[in-house]
Amino acid sequence: MLGIEYLVDALTPTHLLIALLGVVAGTVIGALPGLTATMAVAVLVPFTFSMPTASGLIMMGAIYTGAIYGGAYSAILLNTPGTPSAIATTFDGYPMAKRGDGDLAITIACIASVVGGLVGAAFLLGLSPPLAKVALAFGPVEYFWLAIFGLTLIASLSEANLVKGLAGGCLGLLLSCVGVAEVSADIRLTFGSQTLLGGIEVVGALIGLFCVPVLIDLVGTPERHLKVTGESRGFRLPEALAIAWRGKFNLLRSSLIGTFVGILPGAGGSIASLVSYSEARRASKRTERFGKGEPDGVQASESANNATVGGGFIPTLVLGIPGTPPDAVILGALLVQGVRTGPNLFTEHAAVVYTFIYGLFLATVLMLPMGLLIGRYAYRTIVTVPKAMLVPAVAFMTIIGTYAIRNSIADVVMMILLGVVGWVLNRFDFSPSPIVLGLILGSIAERGFVQAWVLGTATDNVAGMFFGRPISLLIIFFIALSLFYPLLARRWRLKQEAMRVE
Amino acid sequence: MRNPNSLAGGLLAAAVAAFAFGGPAVAFPDKPISYIIPFGPGGESDVTARHQQPFFKKMFGQDLVISYKPGGGGAVGWAQLNSLKGDGYTMMGVNLPHTVVQPLQKDVGYKTDDLVPIIYFHYTPDAIVVKADSPFKTLEDLVDFGKKSPGKLTFSGSAKASANHIAQIRFDKMAGIKSTYVAAKGTGESNQFLLGGQVLASWGYTSVGAQLGAQARMLAVAMDKRHPGFPNVPTFKELGYDLISGAYRGIAVPKTTPEPLRKQMSEMFIKVNKDPEFRKRLENDGMAVIDVDYAGMPAFIAEQKKVLTAVAKEAGIVK
Repeated sequence: MLGIEYLVDALTPTHLLIALLGVVAGTVIGALPGLTATMAVAVLVPFTFSMPTASGLIMMGAIYTGAIYGGAYSAILLNTPGTPSAIATTFDGYPMAKRGDGDLAITIACIASVVGGLVGAAFLLGLSPPLAKVALAFGPVEYFWLAIFGLTLIASLSEANLVKGLAGGCLGLLLSCVGVAEVSADIRLTFGSQTLLGGIEVVGALIGLFCVPVLIDLVGTPERHLKVTGESRGFRLPEALAIAWRGKFNLLRSSLIGTFVGILPGAGGSIASLVSYSEARRASKRTERFGKGEPDGVQASESANNATVGGGFIPTLVLGIPGTPPDAVILGALLVQGVRTGPNLFTEHAAVVYTFIYGLFLATVLMLPMGLLIGRYAYRTIVTVPKAMLVPAVAFMTIIGTYAIRNSIADVVMMILLGVVGWVLNRFDFSPSPIVLGLILGSIAERGFVQAWVLGTATDNVAGMFFGRPISLLIIFFIALSLFYPLLARRWRLKQEAMRVE
Repeated sequence: MRNPNSLAGGLLAAAVAAFAFGGPAVAFPDKPISYIIPFGPGGESDVTARHQQPFFKKMFGQDLVISYKPGGGGAVGWAQLNSLKGDGYTMMGVNLPHTVVQPLQKDVGYKTDDLVPIIYFHYTPDAIVVKADSPFKTLEDLVDFGKKSPGKLTFSGSAKASANHIAQIRFDKMAGIKSTYVAAKGTGESNQFLLGGQVLASWGYTSVGAQLGAQARMLAVAMDKRHPGFPNVPTFKELGYDLISGAYRGIAVPKTTPEPLRKQMSEMFIKVNKDPEFRKRLENDGMAVIDVDYAGMPAFIAEQKKVLTAVAKEAGIVK
């Protein structure tokens, strides 16, 4: 049952070492802005050829897990998501760091990531085949509505500056149109340039819009980067655990959202963390504190994005369809090793699969001590290094990281350009997240729309296609909820106050 | 042994002298070779390159370092290939029909004749794939449905103007039906739509049939003879449709790579190709191995250009 007999196989000293190394390597790579989880896994795949299949898989899974967690470091300390799935971590992580609670934020992120990772892996272990069927029920139309949902979340998260948030989102959508169009393959907005043919690369834009303004400001102001209290307070583990316990429903809910979104191929950690952050904010008693350094925000985002690791493996292993880009690399490596994915994977290759899944559990658990240790060093380094060294070092890393994605100088130029644009926009109170989210969601929305339209017209049922399917209607309901809930809640609250006054 | 250090030193000096005066034919390759895939990771180009890695290492002692340069359906990579160093240590995956059809459609930054392929080592024949529980049991069932309900026969496939799309257009004409093609981001998404029932069938490759295993069935393959891995699947030719096509994959080098190096690299990869274990692995994954080397390249490309240009014009995707 549940392949328990393979648990022992997974817990060998070799596997322990592999998982440990993998998690550490992944965390470090994920923390560096520009180096993504996909890159980390892709570079290390050839090493796994000489290993037995299960060990190689454990290593790749450990690297992937570590990298998704590592993205939180630069998100919290440098306001730059290390990977797109850490975007929502910046919302509260960076404010916490600015007021001196960076070490607490990192510890919270670690615990949340571990919880999320375990939940995702648990679903992978026990419920893969039925959940894979759920993933298949999502067609082009559902992806379209999901992307629209993501975009409306941008609006609701920018409550303070609704118009500016929406404008940012629209700019992001426009940027997503540059290059070869989704589906129709028309060339748009390249102004004849060869380099723009490849479109605007998301991670480069991410670094540009988030990190460059921070660097410019660091250079421009005399104060220290982050507030530092007198003595080091260690990990602040008891504090963090108390906060985690207080937020246990949040953690669980966010992990579930993360797992579920991870099951949908192509959805990604950014959507997962965004949706859970938004839900956490809506359901919390401390709604106003979100965005100003509320630990629950960090918990929501980090548990969701690590849950996508386990969730993403479900369609990868059961259907042979990669859930996220690192899954595509791992899938390729599996194929080369002769492992056929499919519903029979759990029976035909039970040894490999179950050993791998237990290895994933192992790596996630190991992430706790390792993550805390590495986090402490990261925090101390960023906080104590003088700005004169910090800024050039980070700038250098961002350039290398952006270049490494597509071996393209054009991406680096684009990053710097967008960085300057982002800095200017910052001064007018435009936040970078709506822009990046528009960029990411634009292609998903467009592709979903065009494909759904083609299918709808083929079956002479366009209206039914867009508005007639049960899952779509559910998503549309959530869209309406997220759009109107803040207004309704506020009106209700005002009415309550008015009644009390009388 | 009088003085091992001086012996070692002498040997080292001799080795260095050999390399210095040896010339490229002897020393190549003496460091890892950069193998750029102009698509994202996980696709057929990536997987077959990864199959080549261990064999190349075994035969020639150096690593193939795979990196990705996706964008524009491969165009971004191919447009930049000739600006890379032509010293034999940089090469890029190259595909047909993309490299013939793309430049005919619009300005994509390169022309077909700009590229220098040194080998085409496999192709994935087109195939019609249906879900295992699909009501279509034979190709005729599918064609009948297409005739009865024009437009309602929905196919998913990878991208527009790709091998999948061209095959769909050609077959529609041959069978006298009008089907609807839904372009997916890639084979992964195309498979997702097929398995999820969003479309009725899929124009894919034999490699898709292998990848999806028992979840799907192939109705026909676009090959001359049946695929050894799928002896029960008829060819389009057997069923009366003259359709032999697919996506070809190979390796190209920058234009500045000197002739002797091009020949040498071609021979090296042909050697990898001829390894029986390598061939078996590719065939297991549903590919059809071919051995087009540098010498045979001009004739092969000329033939492909002729066929694909005619096909593309007929399909209405180029003028």
